[in-house]
Amino acid sequence: MRTFSLGKWLLPVYSVLALVFLLVPIAYTFVFSFNDSTKSNVQWVGFTFDKWLNVCDAQGLCAAFGTSVLVGLIATVIATALGTLMAIALARYRFRARSAVSLLLFLPMATPEVVLGAGLAAQFLTAGVPKGYVTIIIAHALFCLSFVVVTVKARVASLDPALEEAGRDLYGSPAQVFWKITFPLLLPGIIAAALLSFALSFDDFIITRFNNGPVETFPIWIYTAAARGVPAEANVIASAVFLLALVIVIVAQTTSAARRKRLAKLQ
Amino acid sequence: MAFAAFGSSAAPVEQAPRRRSWVALVLLLPGLAYLALFFLTPFVSLILTSLQTPVEFGDVGQFQQAFKIENYAIVVEQYWPHFLRAFGYALAATFFALVISYPLAYFIGVKARRWPLIQALMLTLVIAPFFISFLLRTLAWKALMSDETPLVQALKALSIIPNDGHLTGTAFSVIFGLTYNFIPFMTLPLYTTLERLDTRYLEAGSDLYAGPATTFWKVTVPLSMPGIVSGTLLTFIPASGDYINASASFLGSAQTQMVGNVIETNFLGLLNYPAAAALSVILMAVILLVVGIYVRRSGTEDLL
Repeated sequence: MRTFSLGKWLLPVYSVLALVFLLVPIAYTFVFSFNDSTKSNVQWVGFTFDKWLNVCDAQGLCAAFGTSVLVGLIATVIATALGTLMAIALARYRFRARSAVSLLLFLPMATPEVVLGAGLAAQFLTAGVPKGYVTIIIAHALFCLSFVVVTVKARVASLDPALEEAGRDLYGSPAQVFWKITFPLLLPGIIAAALLSFALSFDDFIITRFNNGPVETFPIWIYTAAARGVPAEANVIASAVFLLALVIVIVAQTTSAARRKRLAKLQ
Repeated sequence: MAFAAFGSSAAPVEQAPRRRSWVALVLLLPGLAYLALFFLTPFVSLILTSLQTPVEFGDVGQFQQAFKIENYAIVVEQYWPHFLRAFGYALAATFFALVISYPLAYFIGVKARRWPLIQALMLTLVIAPFFISFLLRTLAWKALMSDETPLVQALKALSIIPNDGHLTGTAFSVIFGLTYNFIPFMTLPLYTTLERLDTRYLEAGSDLYAGPATTFWKVTVPLSMPGIVSGTLLTFIPASGDYINASASFLGSAQTQMVGNVIETNFLGLLNYPAAAALSVILMAVILLVVGIYVRRSGTEDLL
């Protein structure tokens, strides 16, 4: 097969180098979580497990981490619930305003975060709503919503309608068909959307910055610390989150691979 | 991943009949209400705020509704270099991200098809940066580019940068940071289109005596256009509004401030809400204009 090839080895070697480039800051963050530094964490001092064992020694860090988890969970529940319903409607029903709704969902993704953040902040200011947990959660659920719809919609579209028809043929009520057939089949898509939404919320800085008021999330804490040097404890949390996320992705991929194998056997 | 769907241009066949549209309405209503309340209304607030004028003898941050359209002229006059920098940096970062990502996405999507495990592993590594804090990975580059590192010392020894020069706080480091941070957004949509590329087209190209380069430009690139369009948009839009990379505590300095930085300073620091709002409205308008023209010209309008 003669396809476009830049020599046999050039492309694979390049790809590996590109991936290594992507991983450099991750490796750096991980390595410097073991740095025996006092305040700022730029110079390598020596190896220690101390920061991993006493993460919460950095003032406010663990509270900020807890806030991020809490905000992420609530925003994810809101965005996933609203988004799943919208995705089902968009993928299953034809209606006149369909393309207008699609456009409305696309626009938040096409809006720079700084504009979304400033817009919400201007609205809260005009309405006299004090900034805090509620405003952060409202903002996060907003930008997660579109991503949930896109993810779940893809899943609904790939669903074989014959399965639901079979349920109706067997005298299943609409509710039974939904909860026994549609929902379980959609579940992987919904879980993927929820994970994506939590990840987006957890790492968001720009929109949060405009709407947080006195509340500190993990990224806000880092930003505040960045002016005088971020301590190694922040690297510990980031590294732990990274490892956890990696495990989740690997588990998700192996289970979906196993399911595909099982399905292939059935056919 | 969301981006998998983002990259698809043709919707699968699901021409369901127009049935029970009130059910659709009920399903859509909560989400639509949320978007109306927290996405559309903020735009109205933003436009109204951008036309406000200071309260006479009022405190800093006190404004009243007016129709002060001059606000726009004032911010454009004061901040046009920040707009130029934002779009210039974002354009450069989009270009570099595309050049870096395309071969990588091509390898994962086309060459690695025979080994699903390697494909999955490489994709996981592409999205790995998402799992570590955006701020921390940017700070990691700042540390790696700081003056004491061997890299900078070597560059100085080779006179590539002057002895009293720095890598951080320059246009180079800001574009570098933007490129790095948005490479996954570029690679994923490219991958999703290239993954479905029918390699028989490439064989047809070479059967018709096209060289590898001709086949690439005339067959591969046009077929991967949907991925290129979504990848460049997913990079350009957030990059032009970003202000982390350009901020002085990260990879930038006072000389690299982008429009995002001045929106932040005006809104949160100077409490000059009308200026921040006017800047945001202009930024959004320019982006919508650019995106509209770009999507129309590249002929892939069905992005969602």
